[in-house]
Amino acid sequence: MPSALVNEYFRTNKLPQIWCPGCGHGIITRAITAAIDKLGLERDKICIVSGIGCSSRAPGYMDFDTLHTTHGRAIAFATGVKMANPDLKVIVITGDGDATAIGGNHLIHACRRNIDITTIVFNNNIYGMTGGQYSPTTPKFDKGTTAPYGNIDKAFDIPALAAAAGATYVGRSTAYHTQLLISLIENGIKNEGFSLIEALSVCPTYYGRKNKKGSAVDMLEWQKDHAVNISAASKMTPESLEGKFLIGEFKNSPEPEYTSEYQKIIDRLCKE
Amino acid sequence: MKSKARLMQGNEACVEGAIAAGMKFFAGYPITPSTEIAEIAAEKLPRVGGKFIQMEDEIASMAAVIGASLTGSKSMTATSGPGFSLKQENIGYAALAEVPCVVVDVQRSGPSTGLPTSPAQGDIMQARWGTHGDHPVIALTPSSVRETFDLTIRAFNLSEKYRVPVILLMDEIIGHMRERVELPDAFEIEIVNRKKPTVGRDQYLPYKADEDLIPPMANYGEGYRFHVTGLAHDETGFPTNSPAMADKLYRRLMDKIEMHKDDIIQWEEENTDDADVVIVSIGGVSRAADTAMKQLREKGYKVGTFRPITVWPFPEKRLLELASKVKTFVVAEMNLGQIALEVERIIKDKAELKKVNKVNGEAIYPEEIIARIEEVL
Repeated sequence: MPSALVNEYFRTNKLPQIWCPGCGHGIITRAITAAIDKLGLERDKICIVSGIGCSSRAPGYMDFDTLHTTHGRAIAFATGVKMANPDLKVIVITGDGDATAIGGNHLIHACRRNIDITTIVFNNNIYGMTGGQYSPTTPKFDKGTTAPYGNIDKAFDIPALAAAAGATYVGRSTAYHTQLLISLIENGIKNEGFSLIEALSVCPTYYGRKNKKGSAVDMLEWQKDHAVNISAASKMTPESLEGKFLIGEFKNSPEPEYTSEYQKIIDRLCKE
Repeated sequence: MKSKARLMQGNEACVEGAIAAGMKFFAGYPITPSTEIAEIAAEKLPRVGGKFIQMEDEIASMAAVIGASLTGSKSMTATSGPGFSLKQENIGYAALAEVPCVVVDVQRSGPSTGLPTSPAQGDIMQARWGTHGDHPVIALTPSSVRETFDLTIRAFNLSEKYRVPVILLMDEIIGHMRERVELPDAFEIEIVNRKKPTVGRDQYLPYKADEDLIPPMANYGEGYRFHVTGLAHDETGFPTNSPAMADKLYRRLMDKIEMHKDDIIQWEEENTDDADVVIVSIGGVSRAADTAMKQLREKGYKVGTFRPITVWPFPEKRLLELASKVKTFVVAEMNLGQIALEVERIIKDKAELKKVNKVNGEAIYPEEIIARIEEVL
């Protein structure tokens, strides 16, 4: 039986979803609806936009106004939606390849504008939909179908990229740390500006199998064992942080929002 | 009474037309020779409560236009050849997802960066087939400043009526030319708005077409909670792998334009009744064609002109009628023979086809058309 949350916010007639057994994307998608539920947002004023890839199939299952766009372009479409109707809460669901490879330019410019869009990057470290090619977040020396001898590219740190480009709310959590993920998404939506939450997913089918990471449960346990909350990390020694990665709220520094700034221009001109 | 006459550039007339048509959103990226359209839109839109945004690239501006249109805003972007190439991805999206929008392409010399930014008409086939897959498209080509105003309004009206991207295929000559124009008052202008659903959310099927093959369109934010995708979809709007549903969708998209061809297609012809030779041209070249025709008429030659205003779908029926009585068509265009291909396909061997082509970045002069016709006569 689907939970009350699923019954309320999912298009249950479209389930089951297409993701592989053990994929972390379902947990992250549920976390988004949990955050929306906690915030008590007006249901019909939410628009969820995605690009192309495994993660980008999520909006099809979510009972809101939903827009499944072209590869990498979700944030650019979302910018048009938000500009034309600032009353809408706009949420982008994207993947590591979608957001930071083909869509990298749109990502950094949306950060720079601080337009009120909350972007959740489902990072599974691989191109899943096309069968396991290395992505901009595949760790160095890991394998993909197009990196048979190990990936020599350096991986993007997506939250650092977004923060440097001007996003005003930035955080990271994992499929394992769902309560943190829900609260980061909540805060991201509340932030009037561009928010980016990296949600580390697990892809046992491609990334996991190619790199001998074990089962989906093993991969979630790895997240549990290697994630350190940024608030705890400040009290830890560099040695104890070796091999770990940070989760938590990385940046929360509100600035004037783009569509509000544009509205000021309209208001000023209309007074003339 | 104060004269309404103004000296206006083609690109400016395009923005005036767009605002008269109800444009409320423009996204663009700087590129000559279309940049004035973005500049003037940036100045004028906030004054009418509309929005302008300069996006990070051409792809993004096409994407933003589609997103804005889905909220109910009449939306437009403008570019030139290199940018038009980049926009093709999302023009295909708009065609498949049936999102009304207007894309202005002020053509310049190409391929690639080409001869910046001399006039050309090399994007005729790109306007038709630029994005992958079979898809519907409407393309309009103005040949004067006033007509740019009128056709921009028409581009919005057709895009709203048929839920298709409409290409306003200008050329640098028309975009940068200044003419004296008198624009009509708002009450004189016909405005068409997209068809809205008449049922509630529970009954709404976003891609179920009416008998006219056009589905009513809800806006985001109105409570319909519908899904839009670039995947093949059924009437519910959700992806389908059913061969039958995919076939039905793709054929309907083409048929919705085919069915309404007579409403969409416009052309202009002059002195074709007794013509032995008819000059076929569009946009800036039509002005040279007109002069050539008049000068040849003065010399006693029976020459006429035929100017497709809707270049896609092409005014095929009328051209075929003319082919039964005209001896020779002379197709003059600033490319190496794109409209000529379409004319050749239509007239087959019913009449002779001669071409005047120029790709050196200069306009086609009347004398060049005259010289070619004198070879024929």
